[in-house]
Amino acid sequence: MDKKIDAKFYWTLFKSTFIISMFTVGGGYVIIPLLKAKYVDEYHWISDEETLNMVAIAQSTPGIMAVNTAIMLGYRMAGVLGAITGMFATILPPLIIISIVATFYDLVAQNEQVKLVLKGMQCGATALLLNVAIDLLQKQFSKKLILPIVIILATFIANIFFNVNIMLLVAIDGLIGLFFMRDKKYS
Amino acid sequence: MTYLLLFLEFAKISLVCVGGGYASMPLIQASVVDSYHWLTLPEFIDIFTISQMTPGPIGINAATFAGMKIAGLAGAISATMGFVTPSIFLCIALAKIIFKYGELGAIQGILNGLRPAVMALIAAACIGFVLLAVWDVEDLPQDFFSSANPIGAIILIGALIAARKKISAIKLLIACGFAGLILGNLF
Repeated sequence: MDKKIDAKFYWTLFKSTFIISMFTVGGGYVIIPLLKAKYVDEYHWISDEETLNMVAIAQSTPGIMAVNTAIMLGYRMAGVLGAITGMFATILPPLIIISIVATFYDLVAQNEQVKLVLKGMQCGATALLLNVAIDLLQKQFSKKLILPIVIILATFIANIFFNVNIMLLVAIDGLIGLFFMRDKKYS
Repeated sequence: MTYLLLFLEFAKISLVCVGGGYASMPLIQASVVDSYHWLTLPEFIDIFTISQMTPGPIGINAATFAGMKIAGLAGAISATMGFVTPSIFLCIALAKIIFKYGELGAIQGILNGLRPAVMALIAAACIGFVLLAVWDVEDLPQDFFSSANPIGAIILIGALIAARKKISAIKLLIACGFAGLILGNLF
């Protein structure tokens, strides 16, 4: 990471996170592919592994996952000021949009055309999330390490079929890592 | 005083809400509908619907909308700031610990265990997203083929192909919005 942290950097961070938050349709997870596309693939500010580390921590911290992720990534890239920049850039778009929507609630909520546009965007967001999941899983499975694959399958099954609490799953997987995955080959 | 109360209520909700935006909904309902009677249940259901439809993290949308309905724009700002203030302290503290001791084998081990867990949770989130995009439901439908929404399926598959070809995420979402509008009006 050899970027200069100046006013221009904070502006870029704010602007990109603001736009990302504006397009986070349908829940916190959608912010992951969007942040990854910007910070990892376009700007090369951080790596895939660092992004996943931050998402893992954001996920296990109380609060809203998308906001936590933006705070952690902002902090990773530019310290406390970066964290605050990330936070405000994430909450401002919904604050503005919802304030307008709340004022014209009936007009917006009942409008069929608006619903169609949002439905289309929801499908797009699903595709983006699938795309990131495929990328990450492909990369992990190609390393041919048994333990991470077991964790992925067990966590997936426990979450989808048995509705096991996410916090519990994250805690168990963290403990497995603590005891059995300190080796460099897992990082 | 309502503003301070809103700020504190949402800060409290944020501290006990773990595991994504949907997890915060029952907590917000318990507070604003059941204990404070700021909103009625139908009003709250409206908030839930709007928060899902509009862009932005769902938890922030709900906090903003509830604050707006209860006490106008200042209420929206109070609720939203209350919702994210605990996060910024918690996340920065955690990030500091990770960066200070991140080289330690123990922390590396935990993160090595958490990354596959996050991949599994992203994959699990994909399942719910696909169900919502193509079937408009949250659980697996009985009549798997007949209840599918062909427009949703077409946009999703098209968008996934485009995403695999590394088309910019925001452009993709906008294109999907247009596709939803056009296909929805044609059929």
